[in-house]
Amino acid sequence: MTTFLDHKQIDLVRQGCRFTERCVKPLRDNTYKYGFATVIESDEIKSGLDLETLKLISEKKNENGFIIEFRERAFKKWQSLKDPSWAELKYPPIDYQAIKYYSSPKQQQKLKSMDEVDPELRDTFEKLGIPLNEQKRLANVAVDAVFDSVSIFTTFKRELLKLGIIFCSISEAIEKYPQLVKKYLGSVVPITDNYFVALNSAVFTDGSFAYIPKNLQSPIELSTYFRINNEQSGQFERTLIVAEPGSNISYLEGCTAPKYDSNQLHAAVVELVSHEGAHIRYSTVQNWYAGDKKGKGGVYNFVTKRGLCLGKDSKISWTQVETGSAVTWKYPSCLLMGDSSQGEFYSVALTTNYQQADTGTKMIHIGKNTKSRILSKGISGGHSKNTYRGLIQFGRKANQAVSYSQCDSLLLAHQSEANTFPYINVRNSTARVEHEASISRIGEEQIFYFHQRGIPEEDAIKLIVNGFCQEVFRKLPMEFALEAEKLLDLKVEKSIT
Amino acid sequence: MLEIKNLTATTAQEGKRQAALILKGVNLNLQKGEIQIVMGSNGSGKSTLAKVLAGHPAYNMIHGTIRFRNEKLIRCLPETRARLGLFLGFQYPMEVGGVSNQDFLRLAYHSRYKKKDDVLNTSLRFANRILNYVKILDMNSSFLPRPLNQGFSGGEKKKNEILQMAITGCELAILDEIDSGLDVDALKTLSKTILIYQLDSLFNTYFLQTTKSLILITHYQRLLEYIRPDHIQVMKEGKIVCSGNYNLGVVVDRKGYDWLSGTGLGSGLIEDLNKMKLQLLKTK
Repeated sequence: MTTFLDHKQIDLVRQGCRFTERCVKPLRDNTYKYGFATVIESDEIKSGLDLETLKLISEKKNENGFIIEFRERAFKKWQSLKDPSWAELKYPPIDYQAIKYYSSPKQQQKLKSMDEVDPELRDTFEKLGIPLNEQKRLANVAVDAVFDSVSIFTTFKRELLKLGIIFCSISEAIEKYPQLVKKYLGSVVPITDNYFVALNSAVFTDGSFAYIPKNLQSPIELSTYFRINNEQSGQFERTLIVAEPGSNISYLEGCTAPKYDSNQLHAAVVELVSHEGAHIRYSTVQNWYAGDKKGKGGVYNFVTKRGLCLGKDSKISWTQVETGSAVTWKYPSCLLMGDSSQGEFYSVALTTNYQQADTGTKMIHIGKNTKSRILSKGISGGHSKNTYRGLIQFGRKANQAVSYSQCDSLLLAHQSEANTFPYINVRNSTARVEHEASISRIGEEQIFYFHQRGIPEEDAIKLIVNGFCQEVFRKLPMEFALEAEKLLDLKVEKSIT
Repeated sequence: MLEIKNLTATTAQEGKRQAALILKGVNLNLQKGEIQIVMGSNGSGKSTLAKVLAGHPAYNMIHGTIRFRNEKLIRCLPETRARLGLFLGFQYPMEVGGVSNQDFLRLAYHSRYKKKDDVLNTSLRFANRILNYVKILDMNSSFLPRPLNQGFSGGEKKKNEILQMAITGCELAILDEIDSGLDVDALKTLSKTILIYQLDSLFNTYFLQTTKSLILITHYQRLLEYIRPDHIQVMKEGKIVCSGNYNLGVVVDRKGYDWLSGTGLGSGLIEDLNKMKLQLLKTK
C-alpha cells in the first residue's frame, strides 16, 4: 500500500504541477546583458523642475529666443495638466521634483572627430554593439548616439550632408537650421497634446533631427541609439524627421538602460512629416531595462509618436518591437491628411514578469482614398499585462478610405493578461473598416505535441512565439529583423526557464 | 521491447472536476518487430493508453509499470520518451500557426540525431530522408513551408504524422486512429509507407534487423487488410479483454464489440463463439 501511495504522490507532483511550474519558476536574473552602468564624471543640474530649471537647460545648450519661449509655454501648460489615468497601467505616482532634468558626460565643446570622444563612452557604445570608430562603425547605418541628455556623436554626418541629407542631433539643428526646426517643431504633436508631451517640450534635452531633400532616397539607414545611464536622470528626447516630396527614408531607433532598483522616466516625442509622395519607415526595437523578476526597477516609458502624411500619396510606416520598460505607454499614430496617403503600424509587444504595456496606434483618416493597415501582436508571460488600444477615425471628407486592423494576443502563462480596446469612429458612409482580433494561449496539448517529438519546452515556446511574430519581423530592415528575433528568443527563454 | 503490467491511470484532477479512472489494469507485451492492433469500442481507453504511454500530463499513472527498452517509463518526461524512440501518432494532430512544417520536422529530427560538430551531415541526412518519404507518401512538397497542420485536410494531417514518424526514426510507433478520415487510395499509400518504414528497407539493410515495432489503434478492419498484425488486442472498459490473431479482427468487424462479455482472454472468445453456434443451431 505504501508503494502505491508513493507512486501516486510522485506522479501527481511531477505531472500535475509541471505546467504551472513553467509559469511560476523563478527567472534567471542575468539575462539582460545591457544592464551595466558606465562610471563617468557627469555634468548635471540638481533635481527639481521649475522655470529656473528650464533656464539652466537653455543656458547649458546655448539656446536662442524661440526655443526658450517654446519651453516656457510648454511648462505653463504642463502645470495645468494632469497625469493621464485612463490607461490599463498601475504605477506609483511619479515624483517630478526628484528627477534630474539634465545630465551629460563632461566633455570639451565641439567634437571634430571620433577620437575626441571620452574613451569610456566609446567603450560603452561598443559594448552595446554600436562601434563609433571610423574603422569599426556599421557600414550601412548612420548612428546618432544619445547618452543621457546629450547626443555624443553622429556617424556619416558629413557624407550625408554632401547629398543634402541633414542628420544630426536636435540641439545642433536648432543652432544651425533654426528655420527648419521652427517650422516643424511642434507642428505634428502640439505642446498642448497631452501631459507627457508638455513635459517633454518643456525640458527636452536632445534627440535626432533628419531632413531628406526632394526626390532623394537615403542610401543608408539612419538610426539613433538611446542610452539612459544616470540613475536619477530622466531622458526627454525629441526626434523630428522631415521628408520632402518624393523622398524616401528608413529610420531605426534602439534603446537600453542599466539595471537599477529605482525607476527612470523616459518621455519622448517623435514627429514625422511626410510630404507629397514621400515615404518614411520608422522602426523601433525597445529594450529598456524592464525591472527584475519581482517587478522592481525598470524604465517608465511614456512616449508620443505621431506622423503626418501631408501630401498626396505620402506614406508612413511604424514598426516596433517592444520588449523593454516596466511600464509602456505609447501609441505611434498617423494623421492621413493628403489624398491617397497611407499609414501602417506593425507591432510586436512582449511583456514578461510584472511588465505592463498599453500600446497601440491611432489612424486618423482625413483625406480621400486614404489607407491604413494595423497589425499588432501582443505576447504576455509571467504576471504581465499587455494591452492594445487603437483608434481608427474617418473624417467627413475621407471618401473611399479603407482601414484594416488585426490584433492578435498570445498568452504564455496562467497569470498573464491581454486586453484589446479598439475604438472605431466613422463619419463617412463610403469608408470601409475591418477589424480582426484573436487571443490564444499556448495550450498544454500544443506543448505536448512538441514534447512528443522530442522537442524541449523552451525550444517549442520560442518556435511558437517567433512564428507568431514572423509577419511583423518581415517588415523590419534585415539586420534588425535578425536582432529582434534573437532579442525575443532571449526574453522568452528568460521567462520560462 | 514494451512491457506493460497492470497499468492503472486516471485523468488529472482539475479544479472541481474529479479524477476519473480510465485504465483499470492493462497488460500488454510487445516484442521487437511486432505489429499489434488495439481495437475497442468508443471510450474503452485506447487513446488514453496511447497518451499515458507517451506521458501526457493530463493523465496520472497511479499503479503498474511500463518498461520500454529496459527503461522504466514512469520516471521519464515526454521528451525523454520521445528520444528513447517512442512515437505517438495523434488522432487529432495539433495545429500550430506560424511554425513551418519543415522547421518542426528539422527540430524533431535534430533532437534525436544531432551530434555535436556534425550539423552539416545531420542536415544532409535529414534532407535526404524527407525527400524520400515525401515521394513514398505521395505528398505535395509545397506543404513543407506551410504552418504546421494549419489548414491541412484530414488526410494531409494523417500523412504528416506518418512523415514525422518516418523522419524521427522511432523504435516503437503508436498510431492512434491513423486510418480514420482517409480515402481508399490514401489508406493504401499510408499503409505502404508504414510497412516500408517498419522493415526500414530504405535506409538499413535487412540483415541489421532494425525492424520497428508498431501499435495501431483502429476501429476498422480495412486497415488489417493492408497491415497484417501479429496480435490483435480488444479493449473494453479500460482493460484488454480479448486477444487473438487476424481472425479476431474479422469477427469483431462482423459482430461488433457487444458480444464480448469482458471475461477472460483469448479462450473466452472461443467459448463465446461456441455458445453462439449452439444458440443458432437451437433456433433453427
